[in-house]
Amino acid sequence: MGRHSSFTFYAEGQKCYSEKDMIELKLKDITLGYRQKPVVRGINFEVKPGEMLGIVGANGCGKSTIIKAIARIIRPFSGSILLNGMDINQISKRDLSRLLGVVPQMPLLPSTFTAFEIVLMGRNPHLGLLQYESKKDMVVAWEAMEKTATQQLAERRIGQLSGGEIQSVVIARVLAQQTKSILLDEPTANLDIGRQIEILDLIKKLCENENLTVVIAIHELNLAAQYCDRMILVSEGRIHSQGEPHVVITEGNIKQVYGSSNCIVSHPLSGLPAVLPTTFNNTQEIEE
Amino acid sequence: MGRGKVKTSFDIRTGGLIYPHWRGRVLAIIGLLFLLILVVLFSTSIGSVEIPFSRTASILISKIPFIDITPSWDSTIETIVIDIRLPRVILAGLVGAALALAGATYQGLFRNPLADPYLIGVAQGAALGAVLGFLAPASKVGMGISLVPMLAFLGALLSVMIVYLLARVGRIVPVTTLILAGVALGALLGAIVAYLAITSGQLLHGIMFWLSGSFALSQWSEVIIVMPIIVSGTTVILLFSRMLNIMQLDEEQAQQLGLNVERLKIILLTVATMVTAAAVSFVGIIGFVGIITPHAVRLIWGPDYRFLLPLSLVCGAIFLIIADVAARTIIAPSEIPIGVITALCGAPFFLYLLRRRAKMLF
Repeated sequence: MGRHSSFTFYAEGQKCYSEKDMIELKLKDITLGYRQKPVVRGINFEVKPGEMLGIVGANGCGKSTIIKAIARIIRPFSGSILLNGMDINQISKRDLSRLLGVVPQMPLLPSTFTAFEIVLMGRNPHLGLLQYESKKDMVVAWEAMEKTATQQLAERRIGQLSGGEIQSVVIARVLAQQTKSILLDEPTANLDIGRQIEILDLIKKLCENENLTVVIAIHELNLAAQYCDRMILVSEGRIHSQGEPHVVITEGNIKQVYGSSNCIVSHPLSGLPAVLPTTFNNTQEIEE
Repeated sequence: MGRGKVKTSFDIRTGGLIYPHWRGRVLAIIGLLFLLILVVLFSTSIGSVEIPFSRTASILISKIPFIDITPSWDSTIETIVIDIRLPRVILAGLVGAALALAGATYQGLFRNPLADPYLIGVAQGAALGAVLGFLAPASKVGMGISLVPMLAFLGALLSVMIVYLLARVGRIVPVTTLILAGVALGALLGAIVAYLAITSGQLLHGIMFWLSGSFALSQWSEVIIVMPIIVSGTTVILLFSRMLNIMQLDEEQAQQLGLNVERLKIILLTVATMVTAAAVSFVGIIGFVGIITPHAVRLIWGPDYRFLLPLSLVCGAIFLIIADVAARTIIAPSEIPIGVITALCGAPFFLYLLRRRAKMLF
């Protein structure tokens, strides 16, 4: 597909883009949207290996759109998205799938396949047309299921799993893909608080231990503040503020972007900011 | 399979080389191939002249190169087996395999359980080509190739090509648009076929005979034309079986797993259409095999295309060979249209499977 054949990509790639390398992601002045209507304008940011970047913002602000652009599902109107300095539109789909794994927001899976079969699909980027999965591929898939604590679901059919279990299976599939960068679009949306923490702990651990580059679009401000190294607060398609959690999560920012009163406290253990909702009654008391 | 309680988990590192779910399916493929050989033997023995099973076997074996058996049989019997029955049986097997495989491919490509090989206009295109062939003043083109099958083949390819071009939006072809365009063009072509058939006078009988499908006129010359197309097409489709699995996720996920979705669509559509067109061009429109066989296989052995495709292939061949035996023997010397047999046997069996294991369908 791409302008470079995979051969030339690897010829250059020997030096700086081999799969073992770490990945640095950079968005340069991106404007993008659907059907000529821009949703996101002039976005700039970069993510380093071993860093977890959280994209937060109100519903419909363009979080998912940014994720989709990095995953190359939609093409930006202008600007460029660079993986280790190379424009993603010049990387073939197959090569990109070995560099970048994606956990979509509501992944549709065929209900009659078993969870293990789904996770094994993550090995596809590493297999040629004439290859079948080898024992090594199966071991990689199996270990991905162990890491996500889904191995007891291996032989269950997708139709019998809960939303949270499916989410975990898809994360296992991305781990089986063995990419050095991972995008996640609302990975905790279907999960209870225990499962949310489990999944984010796992992602954080992988990010730190294996130097993964992680971008995560997430609704939960508190979870984002606890786990992300840096955050981007998006409002109406523009970056409202970015930086470490205590820079982004402030009463002023939250009030401006979400339009609701709130109260920021410091987490008793981590010292990171946490947002407490303030109800109508609380607000009145403060004003009085 | 995984119904009810969770089975005790397995560990791939300590287990055997083959993932447990796959062992039964591999055995099933091997077993069905043996069954296919038996069915071929059985069906070449049956007919107006009863030939003992063992004799058919030795006649067939004597035809294998490097094997020498002194003929202890009448040469007319050999003619019946080799020149009359065998081409018919082989053609039925090839067509059954082709339609079942194409059906499974279309179902996978469109992620639609209602898809069959005729969904996007192949049948109506072939029918129009065939009818034009019947109406044409000459019945042969050069080199002894009959006009009807050739026009049927071209008509099938052409109609799918038109459907594809109509459905294309920029560089992508949305599956839903493709199906809708196919159904619409199919209706249009079907209307033309119906009009031409009704006004064709004494040709009507021949046209109706072709449209309902029959192996009555099978010859080796037809097998020789159809076989290479079906065998090569089948090989290509089998190579893409792992990617068809990944197509069962949505297209965005398939793309993120490194699949070039649009290229896969165009390759598989082309090949599946070629295979279907080759299958119908000589024997007419045989319904039901293409939709029912893959579903039956799916219900028994699961949805994994690496097994679904070869299993459908063999089951389709077996099914159509047996159906053809029934078609030519039940009211011999007359023949029942094979489509009647496929529907009569296939539908109840399928409904039985559906009731028993409805949960596993798609």
